[in-house]
Amino acid sequence: MSLVGAKVLRKEDPRLLSGTGTFVDDLSPPRCAFAAFVTSTEAHAEIVSIDARAALKIPGVLGVWTAADFADHPDLPGGLPDLERPALARNIVRFAGEPVAVVVADDRYLAADAVAAVDVQYRDLPVVTTIEAATADDAPVLFANHGSNVVTVVPTMDDLERQISRCDDRASLHLVNQRCAAVPIEAVACLADWGADGLTLWATFQAPHHLRNYLATWLDIPQTQCRVVAPDVGGGFGSKIVWYPEFFLAPLLSKWTRRPVKFAQTRTEAMMQMAHGRDQVHDLDIGFDRDGTIRALRVVISQNLGAYPDPTGVGLAVLTSWMAAGCYRIPDVSTSFRTVVTNTTPVAAYRGAGRPEAAYSIERMIDLVARRTGLDPAEVRRRNFIKPGAFPYETHNEPVVYDSGDFPAALDECLRLVRYDERRAEQAARADDPDAPLLGIGLSSWLEIAGFGPNGSLEGFGHLASWESAQVRIQPDGSAIVFAGSSPHGQGHETTFAQIASDELGIPFDRIQLRFGDTATVLQGVGTMGSRGVPTAGSAVKVASSRVLEKAKKVAAHLLEAAEADLEVRDNAFNVRGSPGKKVGWGEVAWASFQPLSLPPELQAGSLEERLFQESPNFSYPSGAYACVVEIDRATGAIDIVDMVLVDDCGTVINPLLAEGQVHGGVAQGIAQALFEAVVYEPDSGQPITANLLDYLVPSAPDMPGYTAGRITTLCPNNPLGAKGIGESGAVGAPAAVVNAIVDALAPFGVEHVDMPVTPEKVWRLLHDATAPERSHR
Amino acid sequence: MTDDAPARPTSPTPARLVDVASTVNGRETRHRLDARTLLVHLIREHERLTGTHIGCDTSNCGACTVLLDGEAIKSCTVLAVQADGHEITTVEGLAGPYDGFTAVQEGFRQCHGLQCGYCTPGMVMAATGLLAVNSDPSEQEIRASLEGNICRCTGYQMIVDSVRWAAEHGSDQPNTTG
Ligand code: FES
Ligand code: FES
Repeated sequence: MSLVGAKVLRKEDPRLLSGTGTFVDDLSPPRCAFAAFVTSTEAHAEIVSIDARAALKIPGVLGVWTAADFADHPDLPGGLPDLERPALARNIVRFAGEPVAVVVADDRYLAADAVAAVDVQYRDLPVVTTIEAATADDAPVLFANHGSNVVTVVPTMDDLERQISRCDDRASLHLVNQRCAAVPIEAVACLADWGADGLTLWATFQAPHHLRNYLATWLDIPQTQCRVVAPDVGGGFGSKIVWYPEFFLAPLLSKWTRRPVKFAQTRTEAMMQMAHGRDQVHDLDIGFDRDGTIRALRVVISQNLGAYPDPTGVGLAVLTSWMAAGCYRIPDVSTSFRTVVTNTTPVAAYRGAGRPEAAYSIERMIDLVARRTGLDPAEVRRRNFIKPGAFPYETHNEPVVYDSGDFPAALDECLRLVRYDERRAEQAARADDPDAPLLGIGLSSWLEIAGFGPNGSLEGFGHLASWESAQVRIQPDGSAIVFAGSSPHGQGHETTFAQIASDELGIPFDRIQLRFGDTATVLQGVGTMGSRGVPTAGSAVKVASSRVLEKAKKVAAHLLEAAEADLEVRDNAFNVRGSPGKKVGWGEVAWASFQPLSLPPELQAGSLEERLFQESPNFSYPSGAYACVVEIDRATGAIDIVDMVLVDDCGTVINPLLAEGQVHGGVAQGIAQALFEAVVYEPDSGQPITANLLDYLVPSAPDMPGYTAGRITTLCPNNPLGAKGIGESGAVGAPAAVVNAIVDALAPFGVEHVDMPVTPEKVWRLLHDATAPERSHR
Repeated sequence: MTDDAPARPTSPTPARLVDVASTVNGRETRHRLDARTLLVHLIREHERLTGTHIGCDTSNCGACTVLLDGEAIKSCTVLAVQADGHEITTVEGLAGPYDGFTAVQEGFRQCHGLQCGYCTPGMVMAATGLLAVNSDPSEQEIRASLEGNICRCTGYQMIVDSVRWAAEHGSDQPNTTG
């Protein structure tokens, strides 16, 4: 029976459910000291003085260090010229929460005391927190040597004004895709232990080899002396693939204090220091004909990068531009963007990284076209979809060639599951009943780019390469170790990759063990991000496993004195087809594979091992159709999601339970962006006013609906598994479905758009500002 | 702003040590602690039971949930001294008929109620606390009772399913192992 496609329970659960997982802060080696950071209270200021004398008097405080103490080391990696970020603020702080000094003490309470006792004097500088403020004529400049707050500008060759104005009609929207925080429930933590044999850094990170590569260079030590371990990691969502200063400073602190040094961020620190996501502003113009056919689309993007351009942050708008047209055949598409620094926390990847922004905008525009033409939103989608036979489909951007999909089928399945016609009838029936809550139905036919694997695709973000690695090793008893270059933080690699390997090798699932997350045991890896785990690493596991099986068959054939071609693997043994009972167990084959006297001449001892760097010819393009049904209380503006239907196409599904879990989690984050979450700054001071979980509204169980999941499958032709990836899907597809539903409910009041997060207050104001319900368009 | 800021303390109050005697997972323990030590740190740093996690500093996330005399509480919001003379049960203290797991733990495994697993011990303890007072909660009751626990990975539906599974398979009271 094939395990790929089966609902297998997870290997990682027993340790996580018994409290015996190992997260970074759970580690506590003997003599472990604790680091804590003095962080800037100001969003933009000169540092006048740092007085650590009082802190140093506290018994148990080992030292206080400032930027000057790290002058021998470069700025953090990946920065742009003149815009680099120092590991500790040097002379100037550029966002509230930026680390200014670091203390090390015997325990975390003393470290906190010491932080409180360090006196930093600032001279305030004027603050900008928004793109608008940062690009104003007289805006204060964050980086004097750069001379402007605008970092990159990618103009368009043709703004399509001619094409748009030739259409029957046109519409435009100014959309804010607000800043969000990833909020993995485990914040950043690290433990550095630099002893005589070199450095080991345990870190909450999505790509340990990536960190090792840059950390060794930064410290100027050989990679052989620099081991990075990502043990159990408590969620990431993109925010744990950022060069946080703590990872670079903790090793030196360990070296200097000659003790292991641990750091564990508080949530308040995390809200100000972990990279944020989104924060794009879009100006959209669309030209269409009366029959709903879209002819031209112009997308102008502004990206708030926060205080220091992150290598991924700078690339977000590229991905948004690439995916701007979604799953529609639009003859003319024009994209342009600029990226801007402000006195806010740096912005980098957050689940979807640039694609949720694209999907949200195009899906809002489609609904606007429906509104203006009087057509049903489902019909406008259908009329403009790329046809199922049109793949591979070349888009307005050369690197972007959609691999496969069936957008009409996904939408049809979604409409069926949400009982679309029935819901529309109910909506119409309620229209004249002032006592009934308003009903709104929102659709989102989304598409994203994933499976970051084609050569060159990750190098641009500073990665070593874009392949992913797997190494499959057979033990002498016929059990198998699979080393994966991609290390997880909740995705369930131990289970899904073992399913893949088990199918290929014919070795039982329980006899396969995954290893990852440790640069000392996994030769090379790239990392887990961009929905690439299964398409790249999963494919590597598949191919490496099948190559090991080929060699194992040679051993088995030799032992059985049979032809390789006659062998089939069944029940953990190599059976000779047509000769019942003639077989040799995997264990015997494995044992023999280490004994030169038992091997055919072409094999050497230990050959049942294969290491592979799996390249991909192209990206993958997960897609789907989501529907959201909301009820809105006319008196309070309260929004209730009564139905959330999720039809995904992620190509091959390895484990439907885990795939659905990924969708749920992503959708929850998407709903949260639509309804609850926003990182907010006080504009004049740059003070964050959402820097804890009281003020930043991460939803809990009663805030979230149940989900109805459906599926269609078109295979990805670009990897051996046919998998497209699913980690980001929900976060890409959900926001538009929710906001489209709300705007649909408010249509009788003339509402055409409302920015996220759509709070009851915003809805209430819209309801009250509208003089009287207009006649419904449908 | 910095000019008129209140003066920072130049030296902290010297630590006041207190003795805390409590029962943790059925075992009597005694620690001499800095009086300001939080219960979660007693559990994690002094008892070295690291299944209880910390996810926030405002009592919002519930990652630190344990049972205090059988009732689910947030151990980051309680001083260790407040547990003096009381019984604490952490996730490590759960034991039940499902290969050693309680129905709640097994429910989470069966229904994929966890991904990264960081919120999980807190969720499991909160659900255990719920089932101790309501052995057959509805979906709405489950959601309401988990209001103080945040999970960023699962989107909650599978957590709700997990707790329902536990309710249907016997809401065993936690046995504490010693
Ligand atoms: S750590 Fe206790 S509620 Fe968050
Ligand atoms: S499983 Fe990751 S936070 Fe809940």
